[in-house]
Amino acid sequence: MTGTMTWLNAHWGLVLSLSWQHWYLALIPVLIGLVVSIPLGWLATRSKVLRNTFFYLFGFLYSIPSLALFIVIPVILGTGILDPLNLIIPLTIYTIALMVRSVVDALEAVPWHVRAAATAMGFRPLHRFFAVDLPMSVPVLIAGLRVAAVSSISLVSVGALIGLSGLGDLFTEGEQHQFIGEIVIGVVGSLVLALVTDLVLVLIGRVTTPWTRVRT
Amino acid sequence: MSLWAQLWHWLTTSANWQGGTGIPTRLAEHLEYTGLTMLIAMVIAVPLGIAVGHTGRGGVIVVGVANGLRALPTLGLLTIVVLAAGIGLLPPILALVVLAIPPLLAGTYAGIRAVDPAVVDAAKGVGMRGWQVMLRVEVPNALPLIFGGIRSAALQVVATATISAYVGLGGLGRFVIDGIAEQDYTQALAGALLVAALAIVIDLVLVLVQRLVVSPGLNEVSTRSARRGTRRTRNLSAPGAEVAHTGGSSS
Amino acid sequence: MKRTIVGLVTAAVAVLGLAACGGSSNPLSGGSSTSGSSSGGGSITIGSANFSESQLLAAIYAGALKAKGVQVSEKANIGSRERYFPALKSGEIDLIPEYSGTLLQYLNKSATQVSPADVYSALKQALPSNLTELDMAAAQDKDAIVVTQATASQYNLKSITDIAPHCAQFTFGGPPELQTRPDGLPGFKSHYNCVFGTFKALDAGGPLTIAALKNGNVQAADIFTTDASIKADNFVILDDPQNNFAAQNVVPIINSAKNNSTVSAALNAVQAKLDTATLAQLDATLAGPSHPDASTVAENWLKSVGLG
Repeated sequence: MTGTMTWLNAHWGLVLSLSWQHWYLALIPVLIGLVVSIPLGWLATRSKVLRNTFFYLFGFLYSIPSLALFIVIPVILGTGILDPLNLIIPLTIYTIALMVRSVVDALEAVPWHVRAAATAMGFRPLHRFFAVDLPMSVPVLIAGLRVAAVSSISLVSVGALIGLSGLGDLFTEGEQHQFIGEIVIGVVGSLVLALVTDLVLVLIGRVTTPWTRVRT
Repeated sequence: MSLWAQLWHWLTTSANWQGGTGIPTRLAEHLEYTGLTMLIAMVIAVPLGIAVGHTGRGGVIVVGVANGLRALPTLGLLTIVVLAAGIGLLPPILALVVLAIPPLLAGTYAGIRAVDPAVVDAAKGVGMRGWQVMLRVEVPNALPLIFGGIRSAALQVVATATISAYVGLGGLGRFVIDGIAEQDYTQALAGALLVAALAIVIDLVLVLVQRLVVSPGLNEVSTRSARRGTRRTRNLSAPGAEVAHTGGSSS
Repeated sequence: MKRTIVGLVTAAVAVLGLAACGGSSNPLSGGSSTSGSSSGGGSITIGSANFSESQLLAAIYAGALKAKGVQVSEKANIGSRERYFPALKSGEIDLIPEYSGTLLQYLNKSATQVSPADVYSALKQALPSNLTELDMAAAQDKDAIVVTQATASQYNLKSITDIAPHCAQFTFGGPPELQTRPDGLPGFKSHYNCVFGTFKALDAGGPLTIAALKNGNVQAADIFTTDASIKADNFVILDDPQNNFAAQNVVPIINSAKNNSTVSAALNAVQAKLDTATLAQLDATLAGPSHPDASTVAENWLKSVGLG
């Protein structure tokens, strides 16, 4: 244990920089995935055909194990071996597979009378979408984002197997040097990142939905 | 030869289908790891989820722990277990079990909690004791969500078993890991596609089992559509349904 | 509406702000770099393979070059030769510590040279035109077929010839690439008629392989001759009378464009001082319980021989 702490004290810089890299690689797909999921989810609420297609398509994509997708995507897209896109694109796909569902559920949960009231007040459809539907969707979206973010952070470490950096480096190096302490530091770091991200998302959810905190 | 042509060639070479390193052997190994893990994980997680869901006590802890375990990085857990307990079958399986428990536990717990209290009440009114209520009413009604957890866990295990090849296990992940080491991208790609296919097939099989086992009346969950106040049904027994309900896999 | 926008903008600013003040190098640069950018200007990028000794040698070369004022950056732990050598050829890395025999066989599958001098000169011919080999060190670290003391006693094994009749009943453990390398499984068969019953793909003489041999998961394994575990666990290295494993002298391979008199002088000075016993000693220190960094072990040694 003391050996591990000594190592950590001497390698804070490395651990922190790996953590930042890890966080980037994990969160960019989640953000992109969210942005892409909103219009896709909206489309799905308007068309039953699309809804079912997405249901099966994304269920199918989500079933594909991460390492498999990390290998197949570069081949399909022709990206270089060490291109970070090899990690970002599959993780974005996973996020979209997860979030489109959330967007659909969230939009469909907006009470119809609230929409009707907004229209009656003169909101045009697009304005109403951003002023009413989206804000009311926030709780469900945040719930979905929390799952997507934690999942993403956990998956980035698998990238160490295809040469992409992050806290996963501590796992492969720790294993090579028979140093469990290093691996444990990597696991703890990954858990801390997940926890912090989760808390930040919960906070954002609270800040953007003040009406849920009003006591009558 | 393009990579796809090479891939076709690899898949149609009979040598790759024979012997200790052939596709059938690796497939059998992969199924062995998946089956063993699911068995152990279900024995642990399902009774625990039912018990906690039924009594309503400890739910917060259970859900919290399950979500926490979900965040564990697969590769980290595998390497720790192997360094601590050595290579061989059991240590990696242990890691796989730990990662399979969260979706199973979450799904089972959610399923039991989601059973309509009126139904439970009616059962008690008819004179059923705690045990009977649990086994004859709550569990059957919770089956759709429990199956969601099982499917989610199965996908998780197939994915994790692939990565276990890094710590010396066999299975289809062997093609991927060896392919990367030998810079034989055809082999790695073949392995990746085989694993993806296996995951999809297993999910479809579980969907079929779910259709057979779960009472038809439970296969559709009603949600009120806000659009016109009409009832909308969501088919829980279709591929992809588990994504929403148990938060999907983390591998 | 306003609050949503405020919330989203805050989130975006927070993420970007953290990114700006937190990340040192470009977080999206691929591969594990320990200090930022790849080869730019006069700096030399040193790569290493996926086992400790390679990382140690890379650290030694880095330290020696830095002591002479050369700028270096490192790309550690790239992978097996099949993975890092293309990067060396393409200029993604400039310098890597190599082993003469296996590199020769990688470049020329039908190479038959076995003595240090022969291998070294054959290698000169076999290297692509943009790569140069510097002086070879006396230090050798060879692949070897290794068994436990118990197995050696039980079957009376001193050399690979002795184990050949038993190979079919044994499981052999080694890195995945050994299945296709000329001095790997194919070499065992052609030189000794030894075809192992099962091959278990583990790692490059690393903890998985060592553990497998110790626990009996495999009866024989590919472990490097300077590995600390050989002494520590009482393993037996089987003799190789047919020279399946050619000489494996440590030799730095550098991109000719990055080679100049300062660089080659610094590296050759290191090579002159590196013999097998020293290398084994350094490996043992690196594997010690306090888990020192390769760079620390390298620095201490360089200072002790006046090159640091």
